[in-house]
Amino acid sequence: MASTGIGAPVRRKEDFRFITGKGQYTDDINRPGQTYAAFVRSPHAHAAIKRIDASEALASPGVLAVLTGADLEADKIGGLICGWMIHNKDGSPMKAGAHPALAVGKVRYVGDHVAVVIAETQAQARDAAEKVAVDYEPLPAVVDMNEALTGKTVIHDVAPDNRVYDWHLGDKAATDAAFAKAKHVTRLDLVNNRLAPNPMEPRAAIGDYDAGNDAFTLYTTSQNPHVARLVLSAFIGIAPEHKLRVIAPDVGGGFGSKIFIYAEETVCVWAAKRVGRPVKWTSDRTEAFLADAHGRDHLTHAELALDERGKILGLRVHTKANLGAYLSTFSSSVPTYLYAPLLSGQYDIPAIYCEVEGVYTTTAPVDAYRGAGRPEATFVVERLVEVAARELGQDPAAFRKKNFIRKFPHQTPVIMAYDTGDYTASLEKALEMADVKGFAKRRRESARNGKLRGLGYSAYIEACGIAPSQAVGSLGAGVGLWESAEVRVNPVGTVEVLTGSHSHGQGHETTFAQLVSDRLGIPIDQVAIVHGDTDKVQFGMGTYGSRSGAVGMSAISKALDKVIAKGKKVAAYAMEASEGDIEFKDGRFGVSGTDKSLGFGEVALQAYIAHKFSGQELEPGLKEGAFYDPTNFTFPSGVHICEVEIDPDTGVTTIEKWTAVDDFGHVINPMIVEGQVHGGIAQGVGQALLEGVRYDASGQLVTASYMDYCMPRAKDLPSFQVGTTVTPCPSNPLGIKGCGEAGAIAAPPAVINAITDALGHEDIAMPATPQAVWQAVQRRLPAIAAE
Amino acid sequence: MTTISMTVNGKAVTGNVEPRTLLVQFLRENLRLTGTHVGCDTSQCGACVVHVDGAAVKSCTMLAVSCDGSNVTTIEGLANGAELHPMQAAFREHHGLQCGFCTPGMIMSAVDMVNRLGPDLDEKTIREELEGNICRCTGYHNIVKAVEAGAQAMGATGQRVAAE
Repeated sequence: MASTGIGAPVRRKEDFRFITGKGQYTDDINRPGQTYAAFVRSPHAHAAIKRIDASEALASPGVLAVLTGADLEADKIGGLICGWMIHNKDGSPMKAGAHPALAVGKVRYVGDHVAVVIAETQAQARDAAEKVAVDYEPLPAVVDMNEALTGKTVIHDVAPDNRVYDWHLGDKAATDAAFAKAKHVTRLDLVNNRLAPNPMEPRAAIGDYDAGNDAFTLYTTSQNPHVARLVLSAFIGIAPEHKLRVIAPDVGGGFGSKIFIYAEETVCVWAAKRVGRPVKWTSDRTEAFLADAHGRDHLTHAELALDERGKILGLRVHTKANLGAYLSTFSSSVPTYLYAPLLSGQYDIPAIYCEVEGVYTTTAPVDAYRGAGRPEATFVVERLVEVAARELGQDPAAFRKKNFIRKFPHQTPVIMAYDTGDYTASLEKALEMADVKGFAKRRRESARNGKLRGLGYSAYIEACGIAPSQAVGSLGAGVGLWESAEVRVNPVGTVEVLTGSHSHGQGHETTFAQLVSDRLGIPIDQVAIVHGDTDKVQFGMGTYGSRSGAVGMSAISKALDKVIAKGKKVAAYAMEASEGDIEFKDGRFGVSGTDKSLGFGEVALQAYIAHKFSGQELEPGLKEGAFYDPTNFTFPSGVHICEVEIDPDTGVTTIEKWTAVDDFGHVINPMIVEGQVHGGIAQGVGQALLEGVRYDASGQLVTASYMDYCMPRAKDLPSFQVGTTVTPCPSNPLGIKGCGEAGAIAAPPAVINAITDALGHEDIAMPATPQAVWQAVQRRLPAIAAE
Repeated sequence: MTTISMTVNGKAVTGNVEPRTLLVQFLRENLRLTGTHVGCDTSQCGACVVHVDGAAVKSCTMLAVSCDGSNVTTIEGLANGAELHPMQAAFREHHGLQCGFCTPGMIMSAVDMVNRLGPDLDEKTIREELEGNICRCTGYHNIVKAVEAGAQAMGATGQRVAAE
């Protein structure tokens, strides 16, 4: 069994359907009698809607209906929600403006949903959408956060200064005291650039209404179908949960952007009853840029207080976070509780104080994107630490090592209690793998060729395994963040596992099956993983925040314990032995001290035929469920080292070498884990070098296709050297920490630290495009000439 | 509406389409061959790559009517029954896919790369030749390894696209 068990690089069970074109993504599904939706979207960043005239659209070929926000109101369909309450410094609640699925009275960003056209074909729906005449009265756009905070233009009446909240975390007095005694203070102003998540599969939805049973089905590109059902039922009011089935089939990537409950799926499922036929919508890429929630977009001023030897005394951070025009599902939590609690990084920092202002602007909503708050925190900490080391003339690696946390558990000043880790081990391994000793020689070699070479570190930490329900509840979350699992053993001993986690590229059908195969001692091909359908899986919280291993698999592990315990009872009856004498090992139930044993499949059969025990003694069948609520966050950490070479004539940055050493605790499938690291690094490099969502001053999105938004391509990246260190997580039964977001968190500061190293510490903002780098080189020329 | 005929994955097919119908729409909607995906609409991402008369084409940027009489191979036509094409097998073996959405286009582009350049491909060539295919999941690391190995396997078996 070793070849398919825990720790084996098992080839993925799900791959056959994907490499043969037989995957079933939402847009691949078609329902009988299906119609198509096209959305009328606002061309203005901010405008009052005076009148909507749908008469010409309604008269167009194939059009069945044109629906607006007034129709939603008439059907008492509620608005979209934000599920995490943040409180201001003074204890008052955040100011959340209404978020109707179709605009009422006003539009607040380019791409905002004004109306929907339902027609026989997609082309007819799109043609007719252009004929819906909307009379807009344009209002001023507010794209810049500082301008928004002046309150000259009000986006939501509930927030007259466009400030959603004014939040803080940490001990201000202790931090001020640390700065008062500091011998050196490092100060930085940082921009964390706005990104578009860009899963390759655009979002899609099919709403289907069964009039005979008054029941709805929604097929949708979701990372968390049960949460979608909960929100659509309990808050938006489409239908009660037992009358609404949500299916998230194969989903082509998410990276956070498919967590949220959006206007489009709400409208499709509601409109299906209105028109009496299934309604399908598939986003095109430009719609995705306009209306999928964006990520990041922070303006930060940060200060690090140091003593005379370079020991960190305190950290002070002020961040303005752009939340866009409406509060998306989890948006409020991202720049607050997913951000500030990570500001201690891997370092022993006695005092931290962080203030965050959440700001409305007339741009698309901003919410979680791979890492969600933790990349922003890591960028602040790792840029500050790097610059501090340089200002003090200390080696950046030695400076980090000196300030690392060494004793665990470690309570930081910002909520988190780190359970375990060995940061020095990761750093030393990374220094070795990256051949940092040989860097000076490589730099001289580059200089001889007229190139600039730089080395950049990033020692990151993240909080994953999201999350202990009680803890997040006390911080304002509207839901608990446990996970559920059900293990169904069939009479022949094959197994179905129903999980509330959702796989959209992570390979759960393989890793989860490895756990089951390992624990039950059955071949991996006798295990099926079922997910993504609220009619099959009872409940679940979905996949994000690197939680599926640490939380989702822990739930499966707990259910497997129950299956084995029940199996022992069945085996005891079947072999006429005492339950206490039954041992389960390598797939067999044996009677200790004898050679009597039964295989797992034989015991499963005995459980179902129930001939050896009466129903009063033991219930027939073999099926167990579990809900697992974690007791702590998990704390993956690691060190990434990026080595770049810059051509000063063109400003082109080439990544010559990438070394990643991560501590994810125990690893189920190293092949899949490495793949997650690779993908995360690529997204982080994209943020650092290539990507950036841009609005012009009038609020028009100027990066609305792959012609204008620069996605990382194969030639932009090197092959990566990936290594691990292991300190098992003590808070879950499998010792797993989670790996999904590490690369995206670690990479941006590693790249920028490398570039600024190459440029003689000349600061540069992300994305460090060739033009930006070339300009930095020009600024630096006088200093180079002087050298 | 215009009537068009072509050979898709070795089978003769006929359909009525609007002149504006794209090849990818004809494949996905008329023929229900949903393995070919649409990721961007601007011929940047390559999720829609198929082979038309032996050459890789972005099917989101070609009109169905202009393929009248052509021989088209999609991802569904690459395997020989249950036997995977070597490039498909290499993507699985080297974990060259995660969510799988870009994968059909990646594999069709990779096969075309080998058909054009031969089986001995170095990393630099593969990375440059993948210019027209975007993947958001893998960071390309394992795709590059898969293409290299798949190319070698194609060379060893003297194989070109199964249906061509």
